[in-house]
Amino acid sequence: MNTSLTGKIRSLGAGLGALLILTLVTGVLYPLAVTGVAQLLLPGRAGGSEIRADGRVVGSSLIAQSYTLPLRKGQETAPPDLRWFQGRPAAGLGTNTENTRYHLLLSGATNLAADNKVLVRRVEAAKAAVVRDNSVPGRPVHPADVPADAVTSSGSGLDPDISPEYARLQTNRVAARNHLPVPEVARLVHDHTEGRTLGFLGEPRVNVLELNIALEELAARR
Amino acid sequence: MGSVLAGVLQLLALIGALALVHAPAGGYLAKVYSSRRHLRAERWIYRAIGADPDTEMRWPAYLRGVLAFSVAGVLFLYLLQRLQGVLPGSLGFSPVNPAQSFNTAVSFVTNTNWQSYYGEQTMGHVVQTAGLAVQNFVSAAVGMAVAVALVRGFARSRSGELGNFWADLVRGTLRVLVPAAVLGALVLVACGVIQNFSGIHEVGQFPGGTQQWNGGAVASQEAIKELGTNGGGYFNANSAHPFENPTPFSNLFEIFLILVIPFSLTRTFGLMVGSVRQGYAILAAMAAIWLAFTALMTAAEFSHHGPALQAAGGAMEGKEVRFGVGGSALFAVSTTLTSTGAVDSFHSSYTGLGGGVAMLGMMLGEIAPGGTGSGLYGMLIMAVIAVFLAGLMVGRTPEYLGKKIGAREMKLAACYILVTPALVLVLTAASLALPTPPHSMLNPGAHGFSEVLYAYTSAANNNGSAFAGLNADTDWFNTTTGLAMLLGRFLPMVFVLALAGSLAAQRPVPESAGTLRTGKPLFAGLLVGAILIITGLTYFPALALGPLAEGLS
Repeated sequence: MNTSLTGKIRSLGAGLGALLILTLVTGVLYPLAVTGVAQLLLPGRAGGSEIRADGRVVGSSLIAQSYTLPLRKGQETAPPDLRWFQGRPAAGLGTNTENTRYHLLLSGATNLAADNKVLVRRVEAAKAAVVRDNSVPGRPVHPADVPADAVTSSGSGLDPDISPEYARLQTNRVAARNHLPVPEVARLVHDHTEGRTLGFLGEPRVNVLELNIALEELAARR
Repeated sequence: MGSVLAGVLQLLALIGALALVHAPAGGYLAKVYSSRRHLRAERWIYRAIGADPDTEMRWPAYLRGVLAFSVAGVLFLYLLQRLQGVLPGSLGFSPVNPAQSFNTAVSFVTNTNWQSYYGEQTMGHVVQTAGLAVQNFVSAAVGMAVAVALVRGFARSRSGELGNFWADLVRGTLRVLVPAAVLGALVLVACGVIQNFSGIHEVGQFPGGTQQWNGGAVASQEAIKELGTNGGGYFNANSAHPFENPTPFSNLFEIFLILVIPFSLTRTFGLMVGSVRQGYAILAAMAAIWLAFTALMTAAEFSHHGPALQAAGGAMEGKEVRFGVGGSALFAVSTTLTSTGAVDSFHSSYTGLGGGVAMLGMMLGEIAPGGTGSGLYGMLIMAVIAVFLAGLMVGRTPEYLGKKIGAREMKLAACYILVTPALVLVLTAASLALPTPPHSMLNPGAHGFSEVLYAYTSAANNNGSAFAGLNADTDWFNTTTGLAMLLGRFLPMVFVLALAGSLAAQRPVPESAGTLRTGKPLFAGLLVGAILIITGLTYFPALALGPLAEGLS
């Protein structure tokens, strides 16, 4: 009894000691060493892949932004600013519920099931809006042409990309709103379309922020 | 190129990478756990904690080490969260409430990494790096230690000695996980995963105004989160967040990190029991299940069954464009067939059958290839059961790797496989029978039931992924999932170590004409069959009420 009790106490002491030492190694030295090397070799990426335009930081190439008009009275959600290419819906993006003195950018998905009527209605409404917003006189958008990423929320709510199909679908509208020739905007989309990595990893995509920065430059040049 | 073909090529690239490192990594692990030499730093640690690394432990002593270390881990992590308000480097975040602190402490110590909190708005630098990430390392090292102890049980005779827990723990951490995580973290930074201590700061936006980021040590945590099959995200969106998983390559690399140790450990097992073929048989069973599940999941998601996905024209709800359906399905299978639970897309919005495949993966006991360490010992328990079933069929005393599988061994193996189903089914039933827990469901109908079933399946199997619509931050769910995680982790470990002790004490049985050849493909097939039948019989009714009802309607 006595020996087993001291054995237990010794085990607990060893357990606590091991935890503290391994905390020092894996919880202090390891993250500091990785941060040091990362900041030394790849400061831009380790810092969040920020993009600058006109001499100021305009966001990260990895984080989606919303391109909306100011909220007017009586509106619940800000309407999209149709001058710019629009990203994916982000219905699952959270809002600060803890430590509420901050207004942190939170991430999240809707988690709605494939057979949930709320999601069905949302998808249908999003599709109708994409058709309405992107149809220009003489060039209507057909509902069948709207790709899935245009009407669904992403996993993070911060998806920086859209599919090339969705970008192309917005070309006529963006050209009209910015008084630019359609071929020039189409070329912009083409130049900003990134294929699969190594030809087979992931899906082709267009980074919306980078595209809109290029669009602004194009519009400014003319 | 079509998306399906690209998905297949992606899978082949992953298999190629895993095959390439299989022998070197498995051999290195075997050397780490068999070596008699101690590094100078390790000797210093053993002296500091008052443990003699050369003392051989029988199973009760080994178990005592596991439990003592884990109890210390839970208490430390609980205190860290409760004291967050006064700790420096905590971004001024308030302390985490008691129920959530308990749940999170248990969750990370048990290698589950279930999260009922929003990472980016709840946990400061200190809790993330010195609390959560530390358990990412050491809970994985504990899993590997227990697996190695069981392997030694097969490899050793007449002694009952299983090695030294402290040596296994320290070596697994310092010689395996830390160096691999450093490499992994740097690769991830190169892809664009952030690694800084900038904390909460404003960043300008293109249309004007700013957004507020919480910058932290993400890459260092991400690497060990996958490598240790942990899964607790720095951010709420986990590996779907572009700062955790920015590119298609980082996505495949993270899947590789998840799978590399569990698959390589089969080589370690083969080397340590003196027959590489035995390792291949286990590997074949794991790989067959993993491949079949990947095919099922990919097919289910590309078919995008379900009214909302049909309306959208593709299963992109909860998925990121850069990964697409193929990259998301591959991640989902790999995370639920291991004990990882990291997600790069949200399983709740998968097709009904796709969600069911994820759930079934966990219900198999996470053994194909399973968690870091826990996958191997789980699979070896199933191998013991398969050997026993084969023995019954031909009327011979079953033996495996020269050890008799007698009444005591079978009782321990049976107890092992009963723990998690009992926890999952009883707690799911209780949650549905009680008046308030169902209020946590987000979705109506069969999917709401699936949310609860998924939660307890994930907790009891130490996975950590979720049908995240469920509001699990209630006292009921924080407490019961916490208990499910604790019992689901440590009760099986008790049975594994007791079994290891009983095997190590036996004298070896010489191989005879009647011995089942367990290093052959036939045995791998028998093993897969036994796993599917046992899991199927246990969970079919529950699956029929949830994902099958949703997927077939």
